[in-house]
Amino acid sequence: MKIRIILCSLAAAGFAVSQVSAQESLQRGQQVFDDWCAPCHGSGPGNPGTVALEVRYQGTRPAALEARTDLTPDLTEFFVRNGLSIMPPFRKTEITDADLAALAAYLAPASD
Amino acid sequence: MANPPGVSQQDFSAALRQFEDAVGQEWVFSSDEDVALYRDAYSPFWDEEQERVASAAVAPDNVEEVQQVMRIANRYSIPIYPISTGRNLAYGGAAPALSGSVVLDLKRMNRVLEVSEENAFALVEPGVSYFDLYRHIQDQGLKLMIDVPLPGWGSPIGNALDHGAGVTPTRDHFGSHCGMEVVLANGDVLRTGMGALPGAETWQQFKYGIGPDIDGIFSQSNYGVVTKMGFWLLPEPEAVRSLSVTAPRHDDAEAMVGIMSNLIYSGVVDSHVSFISPVLNGQSNAELDVLRARGNAATAAEWDGYAASRNLKFWQAGFTFYGPEDVVDARWRHVRERFSVIPGVEFGDGATYRFPMTAEEREQVGQKNVLGIPSLANFSGRTPANPEVADGHMDFSVIVPMTGAAVLESLKVLGQAYVDSGVDASLGTIQSFHPRTFLLISSFPVMRSDAEANGRMRAAYERVVRIAAEHGWGQYRVHTGFMDLALSTYSFNDNALSQFHATLKDAVDPNGILSAGRYGIWPRSMRESV
Repeated sequence: MKIRIILCSLAAAGFAVSQVSAQESLQRGQQVFDDWCAPCHGSGPGNPGTVALEVRYQGTRPAALEARTDLTPDLTEFFVRNGLSIMPPFRKTEITDADLAALAAYLAPASD
Repeated sequence: MANPPGVSQQDFSAALRQFEDAVGQEWVFSSDEDVALYRDAYSPFWDEEQERVASAAVAPDNVEEVQQVMRIANRYSIPIYPISTGRNLAYGGAAPALSGSVVLDLKRMNRVLEVSEENAFALVEPGVSYFDLYRHIQDQGLKLMIDVPLPGWGSPIGNALDHGAGVTPTRDHFGSHCGMEVVLANGDVLRTGMGALPGAETWQQFKYGIGPDIDGIFSQSNYGVVTKMGFWLLPEPEAVRSLSVTAPRHDDAEAMVGIMSNLIYSGVVDSHVSFISPVLNGQSNAELDVLRARGNAATAAEWDGYAASRNLKFWQAGFTFYGPEDVVDARWRHVRERFSVIPGVEFGDGATYRFPMTAEEREQVGQKNVLGIPSLANFSGRTPANPEVADGHMDFSVIVPMTGAAVLESLKVLGQAYVDSGVDASLGTIQSFHPRTFLLISSFPVMRSDAEANGRMRAAYERVVRIAAEHGWGQYRVHTGFMDLALSTYSFNDNALSQFHATLKDAVDPNGILSAGRYGIWPRSMRESV
């Protein structure tokens, strides 16, 4: 879903510098997600974070983070830096502030 | 932010400034918010005075920066606590053993320096995770298999130095290492084994070099900062095949383990073996709880009656074979033949994997660690069967002999100890993570919102460690909060081993700046107060 958003925004943008930069940032965000979040929060079976959120939400919202439409940047940044339950916080040597901003933008609902 | 113990604010500030000069301002962390990221998320002392917390963190990018940090720390007597990826959860995480230490965060040193397909080894830096090394090997298309512990975010170096293990033939991670580079407390660098011979091309092939083999002193210790380490890898096998063996009765343990250990010592089985009891490790129910509560008083006949009434096998052993398919099949047949002497024994064919595997096929694998694929799949979060989980856990990890009698005795004694302690610790499972012994691992729950429960858990843990030691069963690895306790049980000849550790400490780190307290090794200045 996020890839679709990236491609759509590229097509509509006319490759303005700021939009290319935004696209790069989203790609970076996706990379951060794949490297750091997907092993627990990826979609599909066997991802303990996704299983845990399925149990917690009981179908009231998607368990896989990439399918969520309500993850504001503040929320993502809070959980990455504070953790929850068995999820520990992540240090700045693991996910830098810049990478965290890219991740938060990647998981945030599309603004248009 | 706390100051390091015994260091003035003026000296600490000066050291932090010099750390910034060495590694760059953005890689020195001293705000409360940043330092909090180094707390042990599974600390059994969470929010209590005894919780081990850092004063700051410094994150070098290379060996030269590590050397500079060590020299600055020596100048100001700043306690330094190196971590690799900082994910040693259940054993202390990224938090120091001594509160007020500056964490030396090596995560930025994350280079896979060399991987040789021809000689099946890797040379890595401490910030490399199992995920990183696996991705590197896959990206390069190398036909090699790494061995991984259950959580894949750890560091091969950090895990090996803490004597961690996995399940494949190279599962003893420290045993499978070859060659180290170490920055000493004074900032000097040395290389061990063949690495000490300039121009040698066998640093990752021959462990010993010449003279004393000193690598071991840098594991579970505080004598140096390991900045490079080589690991032997397994050539990607043609096939991997699993087999389970079950036996019906309580007293079959002796025959099962006797055959199993002989197969291991003979080299027929060269990878991890699990030995679990579907009965003793089963889900709680009224009848089982009554038997458990009776502890040592429950007889083998009563246990057998319970198992038979529920159609449960008492014991289940799991084996995995790696290698050419015909060799794997021959081993598998031999193992079946050997266990067939036990009345009622049954065999179960597990998965068979053949290489090469596509990325999609690897993704579909259930037990990824069996194929050396890192994952977090075994991370124990909330599940439908277990909707209420603790915030973390601490592991009780004890070495027991590879005999049926010892298995039965340890489960009986420790099971009784858990009942008596009133703590909801799992009985644990028997695993051959290391080649010639069993490891009995039990989890003790940790709650960040319940200090009282954590206090009860700690008291139970300490009691169980002592009970185990009274039976000759020692911890192989412990949480930072219990390292003195664990070392105190290794007390032969008036604590001669501990005294030797102290002698070494004073010689190689006279200012006592490195990881004070790690595995019960304290610098001279602190030994009196411990």
